Amino acid sequence: MLEMFQICISLLDSTIRIATPLIFCAMAGIFSERSGIIDIGLEGKMLLSAFVAASVTFLTGSPWIGLFSAVVASGFASVIHGFACITNKGDQVISGLAINILASGLTITVGIALFSRGGQTPSLGSDQRFMPIDFPFQSLINNIPLFGDLYSDVISGHNILVYLSLLAVFVTYYMVFKTSFGLRLRAVGEKPEAVDTAGISVIRMRYQAVIIAGMLCGLAGAYLSIAHGAGFGREMSAGKGYIALAAMIFGKWNPIPTLFACLLFGFLEALGNRLQGVELYIIGEVPVQFMQALPYILTVILLAGFIGKARAPGAIGVPYSKEG
Amino acid sequence: MTTIEINEGNDTSVSLPSFSGSSIELKKITKRFGHVIANEEVSLKVEAGTIHGIVGENGAGKSTLMNILFGLYKPDGGSIYLDGNIVDVTSPEKSISLGIGMVHQHFMLVPTFTVLENVMLGNEGSFSLKKGEKTILQRLQKLSSTYGLNVDFHSLILDLPVGMQQRVEILKALNRGAKILILDEPTGVLTPQETIGLFEILNSLKNKGVTIILITHKLKEIMNITEAVSVMRGGKVVANLKTNNTSPAELAEKMVGRKVLLSIEKKESKIGNKVLTVKNLNHLSKDGVDVLKNVSFSISEGEILGVAGVAGNGQSELLDILSGIEQLQRGEIEINQTRLLPGEKWDPKKVREMSIAHVPEDRQKRGLILPFYNYENSILGYQRKERYSSGFLLDKNKILNLFTETAEQFDVRPRNPNISSNKLSGGNQQKLVLAREIESQPKILLIGQPTRGVDIGAIERIYEDLLRLKDSGTAILLVSVELDEIMSLSDRIIVMNQGKIVGETMGSNATEIELGKMMSGLDRTN
Repeated sequence: MLEMFQICISLLDSTIRIATPLIFCAMAGIFSERSGIIDIGLEGKMLLSAFVAASVTFLTGSPWIGLFSAVVASGFASVIHGFACITNKGDQVISGLAINILASGLTITVGIALFSRGGQTPSLGSDQRFMPIDFPFQSLINNIPLFGDLYSDVISGHNILVYLSLLAVFVTYYMVFKTSFGLRLRAVGEKPEAVDTAGISVIRMRYQAVIIAGMLCGLAGAYLSIAHGAGFGREMSAGKGYIALAAMIFGKWNPIPTLFACLLFGFLEALGNRLQGVELYIIGEVPVQFMQALPYILTVILLAGFIGKARAPGAIGVPYSKEG
Repeated sequence: MTTIEINEGNDTSVSLPSFSGSSIELKKITKRFGHVIANEEVSLKVEAGTIHGIVGENGAGKSTLMNILFGLYKPDGGSIYLDGNIVDVTSPEKSISLGIGMVHQHFMLVPTFTVLENVMLGNEGSFSLKKGEKTILQRLQKLSSTYGLNVDFHSLILDLPVGMQQRVEILKALNRGAKILILDEPTGVLTPQETIGLFEILNSLKNKGVTIILITHKLKEIMNITEAVSVMRGGKVVANLKTNNTSPAELAEKMVGRKVLLSIEKKESKIGNKVLTVKNLNHLSKDGVDVLKNVSFSISEGEILGVAGVAGNGQSELLDILSGIEQLQRGEIEINQTRLLPGEKWDPKKVREMSIAHVPEDRQKRGLILPFYNYENSILGYQRKERYSSGFLLDKNKILNLFTETAEQFDVRPRNPNISSNKLSGGNQQKLVLAREIESQPKILLIGQPTRGVDIGAIERIYEDLLRLKDSGTAILLVSVELDEIMSLSDRIIVMNQGKIVGETMGSNATEIELGKMMSGLDRTN
């Protein structure tokens, strides 16, 4: 019984760690897509900023400068996306895809040029990373049975970006649904003409949205390379941007349900890792590959079965032009 | 952005701006789109506190002109004067701050937002929505009671009928402090009752000093409600008239550039055998609503049966079933002695094989594939016919020849087969669809809203074509929300309300009042 509980605690712990970049990226997706711009480039922006975070941190020795650079770099990638599909009315999926391909190639090329380590960055010491923060009274609360473990492993003991990601969910919720900015954001994704005729610039609104999205992706990337990990590795985003996109759709472009979708996908991956090599009743040992594929399989099932009524913003993917 | 002084918490101090009225003058406005001149040296003057009509056919440049006045388009030349002072309207934001409000033909409302949210958009009052909501609600209540613009501020736009949505648009403009209100084809989507309601609102706005510019192509409305009228044709203003000194016939002539027959000459109908009989038709919509209840009627050769009713009372579903788009659920349809019962296969192909042609209500969605070329659209649904093909392949030469012939005959302009159909005006798109369907020489023609968004010259043409078809022995089922149209074309009229046929009358002795009563369901005894 106690062992089962321990397993649950450690599953929840890794769920949160795995879900953090998903949460940042999904919130990024919400800002962008609520404004009517499809953001398939979450993946690329995350990868790019992971690389920038690790490189800058290694070169300067400060994870904060690394984090800042990652956010700026990813924001810049968003501006490129915006220039292509807001200003020049290009295809949003193609532009996003281009960013993904660009990030994939650029990080490796520049990585080899800078560090000559086959695309990796040198690993970072613990003073160059965001380390777990231990909450106060840990030893005191630890004595409480069950809750003690929950407190020290699940609630406490994560790095600052994990907590920031949760904060990002609530800030996103507040921004999107409770502010004038959010009202305009939602309107510009549903019916840009209405925004234009209300005397607000559609172009400016959309740029603001994609840049915010880019900056959030920057946080996700930094988490991967200088908080959760200790350096950049090739293709380390490993499809998380797409999973985040799926979580956002699953959460119907709404931050709170999207948070739970991210946690669910995080949990599936954590479970997959946990079950590798474990003998199950009846089935026996499940192949590693199946467990690794599990989150994706379930994503497909969940997306196909449960979100039949998810409705994307009305004007998503459609460039806005006034005259004709 | 307009600033509105509101003393929070004290309802009586919510002050509406007092209008002294604003006049507006356009001088030599020119606007080009590429090589097309949409407005050429347009000059007109609107007196303060009046309702000024602007009439013209589709494509005459009315909407372009108003979009310039509202700051959406940048003019290539000319100037705008407000109360005698030259103003530079470079953006909607600027025009709103000058007190110009516009109700667009296609509403600029976010369908998933509430009324309140739509009104707040761009004028939220503070960063936190909650804070702004209170003041705007107060102001809205004041506005809506002053002008009779009643609407539930918390319902979603997509749940509101179009008449209500239009009120929201007016409220939006007034809330931003509009002293000049531009309405672009406001009655195109309204029922007769809603139109009366709108005109009451416009009159009360005028009495409070608001200057109103009304764009329309319905001459009756111009005569009813305006003080002055400007007529546009081909991007120019061809006449500025006082409404009292003109007549519908004069306006129509100026709009079209030639004399137009406003009344239709009908020959004596030669009514033959029954060709379509519908018995006890019942239909349940996808949402589980009874959209048709025990509908029974019949049409004979050489007869036009008009179906009158406020939009959304089952007429569209009736057309959908008869044209094979929807399956028959309950009831019976008899076409030329062939009986169709529920459960039998029924689709548009079979419909065409039974010599039924269909001109759908929404020509842009169902009648045409807009990006297709005209010649392609001219055979849509009939592509299997021998006269368009040689063997397995389509014969482009045959199609082009036939297109040239029919375009000539039905006056589709431009006659070019190789341009995509979305380049045609609404009237010419309709003529193209009608030409295609009539060319199939149907025994029965189903036609919905034949003249929606069609200009007056084309309307005349479409009526002539329909009457000629009828005289040749075709039975026509005409569904329209335009009472005038129903009354002037139909031999017999049935009226639908909430999925039922609530009345039937002969076309010759129908009156608007009687039909209006039946349409609103007031006349029902059971």
